[in-house]
Amino acid sequence: MRTLDERLENVAVLGAAGKMGSGIVLLLAQEMAKLKVANPQKSYHLYAVDINEDALDGLVEFIRVQSVKTAEKTCVALRDLYREREDLVENFEIIDQYSLDVMSVLRPATCLSSIKDGLMIFEAIIEDIDIKEKVLSEAKNLCSAETFFFTNTSSIPIQEIDRRVGLDGRIIGFHFYNPPAVQKLAELIPADTTKDELVNISHELGSRLRKIIIPSNDIAGFIGNGHFMRDILHAQSEVERLSKELSTSQAIWAVNRIGQDFLIRPMGIFQLIDYVGIDVCQLIMKVMTKYIKEETLSSELINRMVDKKILGGQNPDGSQKDGFLQYKKNRPVGVFDLDSGKYLTLEENGVDKEIDNYLGALPEGHSPWRALLMDPDRENKLQQYFTHLKNLDTRGGELARAYFIESKRIAEQLVADGVAASPDDVNGVLLNGFYHLYGPVNNFFD
Amino acid sequence: MKQFRKPVYFAAGYNTVSFGSGRKEFHPKKARPGLEHYIHEAANSVLEQLSDPAVVDEGVIGNFMAARFNRQGNLASLLASVHPALRYKPMVRVEGACGSGGLCLSTAIKTILSETADVVLGLGVEVQNTVKAIYGADILAGAGHYAGERKNGHAYFFPAKFADRAGAYFEKFGEEKTRRAMARWYELAISNARKNPKAQEYHNSVADLNAAGMTRPNPRSFCPNINVFDCSKVSDGASALIVASEAGLKKAGITQSDAVELVGMGVAVEDLTQPPPDQTRMTTVGKAVEQAYATSGLKPEDIGILEVHDCFSIGGLLELEAAGFTPYGTAPDFVLAGNTAPDGRLPTNATGGLIGFGHYTGGTGVRQAVDLIHQLTGKAGDCQVNIDPKRPYGLMVSMGGNDKTVVACIFKKI
Repeated sequence: MRTLDERLENVAVLGAAGKMGSGIVLLLAQEMAKLKVANPQKSYHLYAVDINEDALDGLVEFIRVQSVKTAEKTCVALRDLYREREDLVENFEIIDQYSLDVMSVLRPATCLSSIKDGLMIFEAIIEDIDIKEKVLSEAKNLCSAETFFFTNTSSIPIQEIDRRVGLDGRIIGFHFYNPPAVQKLAELIPADTTKDELVNISHELGSRLRKIIIPSNDIAGFIGNGHFMRDILHAQSEVERLSKELSTSQAIWAVNRIGQDFLIRPMGIFQLIDYVGIDVCQLIMKVMTKYIKEETLSSELINRMVDKKILGGQNPDGSQKDGFLQYKKNRPVGVFDLDSGKYLTLEENGVDKEIDNYLGALPEGHSPWRALLMDPDRENKLQQYFTHLKNLDTRGGELARAYFIESKRIAEQLVADGVAASPDDVNGVLLNGFYHLYGPVNNFFD
Repeated sequence: MKQFRKPVYFAAGYNTVSFGSGRKEFHPKKARPGLEHYIHEAANSVLEQLSDPAVVDEGVIGNFMAARFNRQGNLASLLASVHPALRYKPMVRVEGACGSGGLCLSTAIKTILSETADVVLGLGVEVQNTVKAIYGADILAGAGHYAGERKNGHAYFFPAKFADRAGAYFEKFGEEKTRRAMARWYELAISNARKNPKAQEYHNSVADLNAAGMTRPNPRSFCPNINVFDCSKVSDGASALIVASEAGLKKAGITQSDAVELVGMGVAVEDLTQPPPDQTRMTTVGKAVEQAYATSGLKPEDIGILEVHDCFSIGGLLELEAAGFTPYGTAPDFVLAGNTAPDGRLPTNATGGLIGFGHYTGGTGVRQAVDLIHQLTGKAGDCQVNIDPKRPYGLMVSMGGNDKTVVACIFKKI
């Protein structure tokens, strides 16, 4: 048996230059750099593999910039890490050295063969079982029989990957949230076949990376997307319902506002779809539909957007691309009109005013998400707020209650279906992975 | 120290805005005015108050670390760039860490007393927002002993030095009350700054200042014993004034009622390489203030308004004790009883102090003198406090490093 420290001497990330891959590379490179400082006689290698060579250039720059930022924020601890180094006296010298140490473990590569010595392989490539099977099979053949595999899939059952690749339990789902270096949550999904040693090492790694680990059962979509995708389906049906009285674009904006403002979430559902990527959401729904026999997950709105090649996601600089909504400085300023194929500006086209009037005022005691985030009296304020929302006699109140109740139903269904072990686990994922202020299973309306 | 051989006056004070985080117009990614801007604004604003800029005989510029913050040396020559009338006149740059402004004053005073000049332009400046705080901490750590204590020092070197003092004081005199007094100190600093349009915290709109001041320290990301509200911020700015003889004041066209008279001064400097003899006392501050009392013949109870160097709230408390305003170990009670509030017996840092106004390190000593001139001549605007006619004296303490380089001055309302 190899310890986590031993395994961290040789690590690979596949799909390293992608959105998730680059964050995973950052987290691992920083952890490995610390080990390197503590054990200067050993060598540490992190193979960052991606087929896109240009994107690898971007990855190297990303890691350099982010490692400096990390060092600036954690300089108090880094001074201690480098206390034996007499030549490093000032903060800037320590920060520079840390960044150099992080960069020195990094081995960018376009060729998979470079990972042959890898003892832990993190897979963060496209959410497509066939491609995953092909790449992981090749990786399996290159690496030793003691290599462990961590897949970042957010929807595909781990059992299925294990079966297809023939890893005999040397694989686990380690689902980071986006962006991996910032988000506190990682969902851990062992398949029935996953080796205990790998489960244990995964927990150890999670705490080493300072992640909150929430276990999920190996059912497609797991907890996070299990809730999110069904939340989207509810939004879809609400848009359809409202489209009898509003235009589709108005309905989209209205439903977005219900989540963001009335339910005090960090962003509305359509902004979240744009953030994740509209095509990514479509892919996840397809995967879930494939593996969950009794349920078909499909959103016509999403399908129409993907057909129009409007996909959301982020630009290379991290700024938000347009999707259901149009963005300026990462804030929604317009909403897509599926009929005309153009964005309607919220302000100029009067969409926001009309929807404000349609939904009515926010309930008494409302505070924006950001204000409540750091508020020590949050629980109390939320309880009071939801008491007002419960009795709010407006269209906004009615829609918000329906949304709220559906979110709770989805969460309870996840427990009933055995995806989550408990309501607390669902709440934990929504709190830590989606930055909700409260879990969907709560007593606010009781 | 001997009595002064002739009267020395201070007048024509000016402070720029203390610029940095907290000001609405501040944005870390936007371009900002540089060293030259602040020197020119402050110096020219003083020269405009004189009958003729040519009456300035000499100049003194106080600055701590422009060589690192701004990659600029030879600052005396930069002072000469302010106005054609200053060219080819004697200028000198003085440095004593955060006490550079104080040394600027004492140098200007000595120039007047040496009778080689009748009007000296004194200016203190620092422009620190050129680097992030974590790198600024390196630069400011130069106020400590680099070879002796930097390697084993904290990332936030100076906050940690005062965190040590706070810890020692907590241990000796109790944490609970001291913490409350530190929070009160912060509350007063900000509420005073909100009345001062030039203050860095002028736009501060935090509802519960005391609660902020009570924030639990986080040693993982910052320091033990103190929180960020116990600390002065990173600031850009400059302050300037003239120091003049009686003849100089006349030449400059300034009436005595617009000036204050220097009645006491003390300069005390302690060994940089040694740790403080007692973490719970500001020994060097005590020595400098003692000299200022001796030269003026005054006692603590004669002082009507005070400016202390509260780079950290605990420093403010310790200086109250060192300057004799309250016995050793009782500063928390003194502050909590309201003595240092603008309407208290001893209005202290009435324009915000280093925590509220801001702390452009090398300029702060000059800023303190400017604010006392304004207070004693009734020109302090919304920050004006009532000066007890029986105690028409203002004391200021300018400190460099961890109680290492200290200048104390006492001014009298004329």
